Amino acid sequence: MQSFEYIDAKTVSEAVALLDEKGDQARLLAGGTDLIVQAREGRRSLDWMIDIKSIPEVNELAYDSETGLTLGAAVPCYQIYAVEAICEAYPGLVDATKIIGGTAIQGRAAVGGNLCNASPAADCIPPLIVLNATCVIAGPNGEREIPVEDFCTGPGQTVLAKGEMLVSLKLPAPQQNSSSFYLRFIPRNEMDIAVVGAGASVVLDDAKQRIVSARIALGAVAPTPLFAEDAGALLTDKEISDDVIDEAAQAAQAIARPISDMRGTAEQRTHLVGVLTRRALNGAIQRVREAA
Amino acid sequence: MARKSHVQTTINDETVEFLCEPRQSLLEVLRDELHLTGAKEGCNNGNCGACSVILDGRLVNSCLVLGVETDGKSMETIEGLADPDKLHPIQDAFLENAALQCGICTPGFIMSAKALLDNNPNPTEHEVRYWLAGNLCRCTGYDKIVRAVLDAAEAT
Amino acid sequence: MSEKKEYKVIGTRPIRHDGVDKVTGRAIYGADFQITGLLHGRVLRSPHAHARIVSIDTSHAEAYPGVKGVVTAQDLPAAEDKMADLGEGAVNLKYLCDNILASDKVLYKGHAIAAVAATSPHIAEEACELIDVEYELLPPVLEVREAMEPDAPILHENLTTSSLGDEDDKPTNIASHLQHKKGDIEKGFDEADVVIERGFVTGTVHQGYIEPHNATAHYNQDGQLTVWCSTQGAFTVREQLAEILQYPVSKIKVVPLEIGGGFGGKINVYIKPVAALLAKKTGKPVKVLMNRADVFEGTGPTPASYITIKMGAKKDGKITAAQTSLAFEAGAYPGSPVGAGAMCVFAPYNIENVLIDGYDVVVNKPKSAPYRAPGATNAAFGTETVVDELAEELNIDPLELRLMNGAKEGDRRPDGPVYPRIGFIETLEAAKEHPHYTSANGKKYHGRGIASGFWFNIGLESSVTINVNPDGTINLVEGSTDIGGTRASIAMQAAEVLGIPAESVNPTVVDTNSIGYTAVTGGSRTTYATGYAAYEAAQDVVKQMKARAAKLWEVDEDNVQFADGEFSSINGKEEQMSFRDLSGKLSQTGGPVVGRATMDPAGAGGAFATHVVDVEVDVETGKVEILRYTATQDAGKAIHPSYVEGQIQGGVVQGIGWALNEEYIYNAEGEMTNASFLDYRMPTCLDLPMIDAVIVEVPNPGHPYGVRGVGEVPIVPPPAAIANAIYDAIGIRMTELPMSPDRLLKAMGKI
Ligand SMILES: Cc1cc2nc3c(=O)[nH]c(=O)nc-3n(C[C@H](O)[C@H](O)[C@H](O)COP(=O)(O)OP(=O)(O)OC[C@H]3O[C@@H](n4cnc5c(N)ncnc54)[C@H](O)[C@@H]3O)c2cc1C
Ligand code: FES
Ligand code: FES
Repeated sequence: MQSFEYIDAKTVSEAVALLDEKGDQARLLAGGTDLIVQAREGRRSLDWMIDIKSIPEVNELAYDSETGLTLGAAVPCYQIYAVEAICEAYPGLVDATKIIGGTAIQGRAAVGGNLCNASPAADCIPPLIVLNATCVIAGPNGEREIPVEDFCTGPGQTVLAKGEMLVSLKLPAPQQNSSSFYLRFIPRNEMDIAVVGAGASVVLDDAKQRIVSARIALGAVAPTPLFAEDAGALLTDKEISDDVIDEAAQAAQAIARPISDMRGTAEQRTHLVGVLTRRALNGAIQRVREAA
Repeated sequence: MARKSHVQTTINDETVEFLCEPRQSLLEVLRDELHLTGAKEGCNNGNCGACSVILDGRLVNSCLVLGVETDGKSMETIEGLADPDKLHPIQDAFLENAALQCGICTPGFIMSAKALLDNNPNPTEHEVRYWLAGNLCRCTGYDKIVRAVLDAAEAT
Repeated sequence: MSEKKEYKVIGTRPIRHDGVDKVTGRAIYGADFQITGLLHGRVLRSPHAHARIVSIDTSHAEAYPGVKGVVTAQDLPAAEDKMADLGEGAVNLKYLCDNILASDKVLYKGHAIAAVAATSPHIAEEACELIDVEYELLPPVLEVREAMEPDAPILHENLTTSSLGDEDDKPTNIASHLQHKKGDIEKGFDEADVVIERGFVTGTVHQGYIEPHNATAHYNQDGQLTVWCSTQGAFTVREQLAEILQYPVSKIKVVPLEIGGGFGGKINVYIKPVAALLAKKTGKPVKVLMNRADVFEGTGPTPASYITIKMGAKKDGKITAAQTSLAFEAGAYPGSPVGAGAMCVFAPYNIENVLIDGYDVVVNKPKSAPYRAPGATNAAFGTETVVDELAEELNIDPLELRLMNGAKEGDRRPDGPVYPRIGFIETLEAAKEHPHYTSANGKKYHGRGIASGFWFNIGLESSVTINVNPDGTINLVEGSTDIGGTRASIAMQAAEVLGIPAESVNPTVVDTNSIGYTAVTGGSRTTYATGYAAYEAAQDVVKQMKARAAKLWEVDEDNVQFADGEFSSINGKEEQMSFRDLSGKLSQTGGPVVGRATMDPAGAGGAFATHVVDVEVDVETGKVEILRYTATQDAGKAIHPSYVEGQIQGGVVQGIGWALNEEYIYNAEGEMTNASFLDYRMPTCLDLPMIDAVIVEVPNPGHPYGVRGVGEVPIVPPPAAIANAIYDAIGIRMTELPMSPDRLLKAMGKI
C-alpha cells in the first residue's frame, strides 16, 4: 500500500481545514472498511488519512420520538442496532446495518462511511432515502443540509465540495402507522454485495388497509442509488392489493438502468427490481400491521 | 515513506508500545512487529475473519484497522485467551468437537465466538451462524464449529 | 478382513495432539515464520491474459531505496524442453520453469514475471510497480471448446497433440487425447430401451484454502538451501526445487511448517523457487507471501470442463452402455486431471459396454492444480445427472437404479482395474435407510436429489520412525504434513499396535533431512499409507521389545508374546510385563529401541459415497437454499471418527459451493473479475445446515485396520445431487455449473 500520513482530527473545524488545505489527496477515515481496502488495492491514491472518530459530533447517536434521529457520520453499524428504540422507529435502516459485511465489519463500518463511499450498491442508502434522511454537511463556508437522495452523483462521487465533510444524518421521527423495510438480493446469505437492493417506507391509514404515502429506493441498478419517487407516488391513497404493489414494482423496474458485471447481469437485475420492490413494500406494510 | 508513529496500547492486559508506519495495519503490527502471529492473514481485505481480534470490546478485522488507530485502546487477541493452566471454554469446546482441521481459521473463529458469547451468552444455532458468517473456513463445513460454539455457550 | 474387530484406540475420539497449539494461536504456519535479517519478497504478475514479453527493465526497481534484489526468468538456470522427473510423473521442465517466472510469454493474468526483495513488504510492492515490462498483446482463448477449434489462438507454438500414443505435428491447444474402451459400445446402445445424451459445462473453481501460499528461503555460505513453507509435501517441494533450480537434492532442506489448507493446491510450487532465487541474489533470508488475489490469479484452480454423457438402459433398469467425452481445461500448461476424471466417470457402475474419451486442453488461465478428487466431481456431475434422468424415464427410484447397477467386488472398472472388496452398495443402503431419505418430501418448490461418487485413492511412499521413551510413551516421527488431524490418526494406529493410549504418542512432522521419503499429503493417502507405516514401525518396536523381554526373562524370543499392551512368556516361565514397564528397562537390556518402517502400499482401496440433499428454490430470484444434507461414505475403518466426519462435511460444503456459486468470472480481455473472497462466493456458515455424515465401514483388505482414504470423495456427489434436487423442485435440468441464481432464472425463462 502506498505511504500516507495519519492525522487524528479532534474537531469538525480541524478536519474541514485539513481537507481544504490538502484537497484531493486527503481522505477522511471513519470505519475504514472501504477506505483501507481501496488504498491497499491501489484503487484510491492519497497522502493523508484524517481520522474523524475523535470528533464528538460524528459520534453522536441521539433519538427522540418527537424530533427524530441524529446519526453521527462515524457511528458504526453495531451501535445503531443495539438501540431498541431505533430498531422500532427505523427498521428499514436497521435491516441494512445488520447485513453490511459480517459482525466484524459492522464493528467498524459507519452508515456515514457507507453513504460517503457512494457505491451504487451501498446498503444503507436506499433506506436512508425512504426514511427522508437529510445530510448535515460542514465546510469552509459553514454548514448546509441536503436530502440524502441528492447526495451521490456517480459511483464514488458525491456533492461534497473541496473542504466539505458529512457531519451527521438527520432522520425525521416516524409518523403514525408507518414503517420501513430494506432487503437486497445476494447469492449467499451474508458477506456479499447487493446484486440489487430495495427499500420501502409506507404510511398507512388507521385501519391499515390503505396506503397514505410510500417511498421506494433502489440500489445497484444505476450509477447511484435511485429514489423511485414516481413508483412510490403511484401508491398514494391506494387500497392495499397485489395489483397496486405490482404496479409500483413495474414503475420501479422502468427506471432501473443496470449494467452487467461479475455480481450479476443487467437482465437479472431488472427482473430482481420487480421482485424486491414487491417484497420491500409488503415487508413494510406487514411491519405496520404487526405493530401494536 | 511516512515517519513512524509511537503507539501505546493494551494487548491482553499488558501495556505494549510499538513504532509503526501509518500504512501498517493492526494485523501487520501484531504479526511482524509484536510477533503475535495467532491472528492470521487470509485475505487482507475484511472478507475472511482469520485476523479477528477484539478492540475495545468489539470484534474487528485487524487487517482493516490501522496500527496507529489503536493508540490508547485496549485489545484481546487469541494469545491472551487461555489462563496459564487452563484453556478458555471455547478453546476446550473446539478441541472436544474436533472443530478444526488445518486450524488456520481457528484463532479468528475463537475470537469471534468469544465476542458473540460476551454479547449473547445463549445464542441459537441461527444466531451463531449469523454472527460467524464473516469467518470463512474451507475445511470443516462449519458443522463442528457451530456445535463447538453452542457447547461452549452451555459450558459458560 | 471381514470380521468385526474390537479396538482400544481406533474408533475413539481423542483430542488431537497439535490441538492446543492450534487453539491458542501458538502453532507456527508458514507465514508466521521469523528469522533475523529477513527480507520481504513480492512478485510482479502479468496484467494480461496472453502476451509476448518484449522486454523487462528492472533498473528503476533495483534503484529504489530499500530494494535488495530483483529476479526474473533470466535468473533461472536455462530451461530446455526436456522432461523433468518429479517422482510422481514426468513434467516438461520448460513449462515448469516458465510457470515460476515467465521467460518469453505470459499465458494468463497473474502469471509471475519478476520478483523483488526489500526491507519491507510495502517497499517490495512499490518496487514491483517500477519494473517496466513491454508486452506484445495476443488474443486470449478462455474456454475449452473454443481452444479446441482449429483456428483458436495457440498458446504453445511447439505443442502438438499426443493422441493414443501417436503425435500429430500441427501446433494445437489439445495436449493429449486418451481413451478407455470396454465391451462393444454400439451393441450396448442397441440393447438399450432408453438412451439419454446430455452435454455439461462446469466452471473454473479454486481450492479456496484460507492460508495464502508462503515461503521463506535462505542459502548458507556453504550452499545449503533451506526453505521453510506450508506445503502438502516437503519432499515434492525438494524435488521441484532441485529440478527448477538445477540444484542437488542433497543441498536442499525443506522444513514444512503448519499448513492452512491445501486440497491439492499446495503440491505444485510457485513462490518457493522465487524465494530461493531472491535469497541467493541477496545473501539474506527472504520471505515471499502471496495475497488473496495472487492466490486466485496465480495458483491452480481446478479446471472448467465440457462433458458429454450418453447412457442407455433396458426397461428392467440394467444400464447397458455408457459413453463420454471429457474435455478439460489444463490452464496455461498441459496437465489437467482428465485422466483421473476418466477413471472415475463411470466407476460406480458395472456397465458392460463403455467408451471414454478424454482431452487435455490448454487455455489462458492459471495452470490447473489438483483439487480434492481432481476430475471426479466434473465427471460425476454429468454421469449422476444422466443416471437420475434414466431413472425417471424408466420409472425406477433413482436409488434403486443405482443399487441395481452398482459396482461390487470382482467387477471391472472401465479403465481396467478389478475391484477388491468395496462398499458402494453399503453407502446406497445406508442412504436408503436413513431418516432423511425416508422422510416426506413434497412441499412446493422443495426438492430432493441423490447422487453417488467414486475416488480411487492412492498409496505411495511413507516413512515413520518410532522412538520408545522410558516412561512408556513413544515419539513418532513422520514426514506427512498434517492438514486435518493426521498426526492423531497416524499416532492412533501406532498406539493400537502397542496397546498404549493415543495420548502416549507424541507425533512430530519433520523436515526432509530427518525422515525417509514421504509423498504428499493428498490423494486421501495419509491416514492410509503413513498410518500403515506407523503400524509397521510399531510392529518393528514390538519385535525389538520382545527380544528385550526374552533377554530379561532369559527365554527364547519365540516364547514371548505381546497382546493388549502386555508382554508375556508362553511355554514354561510365568512372566508378564506391560509395554510401559518394559520401556523403563531398555537401558538395562541393550539401549534405545527405534522402530521404523517405509511403505509403498498398493491396496489403497477405492472410496464411494452417496449423498441425499433437500433444497428449496426461490422461483422469483433463482436462489437455491440447502435445507438438509446427508452424506454416507465408506471409510473402510474410521480411525478417528470425528475427523472422518469432518472430512466428509468439509468436502460436501466445497461441493455445495462448486454447485451453487463458485466460479472464476472473466471479462472479454481474459481477466478474472472476482479474485477476492467477497466475489468468489464460497459458502459461509449462514448458507448451510448441519451436514449429517454417516460413516459406513467396509474394511479395505489392503490395510491392516481396513482404512480407506476418506478425504476426497465427499466433494464428488454434491453438484449432481443438488442438480437432481433442483429438478425435483422445479422440473428443470441444470447442466451448467455453478447453478447460480442468474442461470436458474434463465433456465426458468424469467429473464
Ligand atoms: C468484507 C466487507 C464486506 C462489506 N459488505 C458490505 C455490504 O454488505 N454492504 C455495503 O453496503 N457495504 C459493504 N462493505 C463496504 C463498507 O463496509 C461500507 O460501505 C461501510 O459502511 C463503510 O463505512 P466506513 O465507516 O468503514 O467507511 P470508510 O472506509 O471509513 O470511508 C468510506 C469513504 O467515505 C469517506 N468518508 C468517511 N466518512 C466521511 C465523512 N464524514 N465525510 C466525508 N467523507 C467521509 C472516506 O474518505 C471514504 O472515501 C463491505 C466491506 C467489506 C470490507
Ligand atoms: S485477513 Fe482480515 S479478514 Fe481476512
Ligand atoms: S480448519 Fe482449515 S480453514 Fe478452517
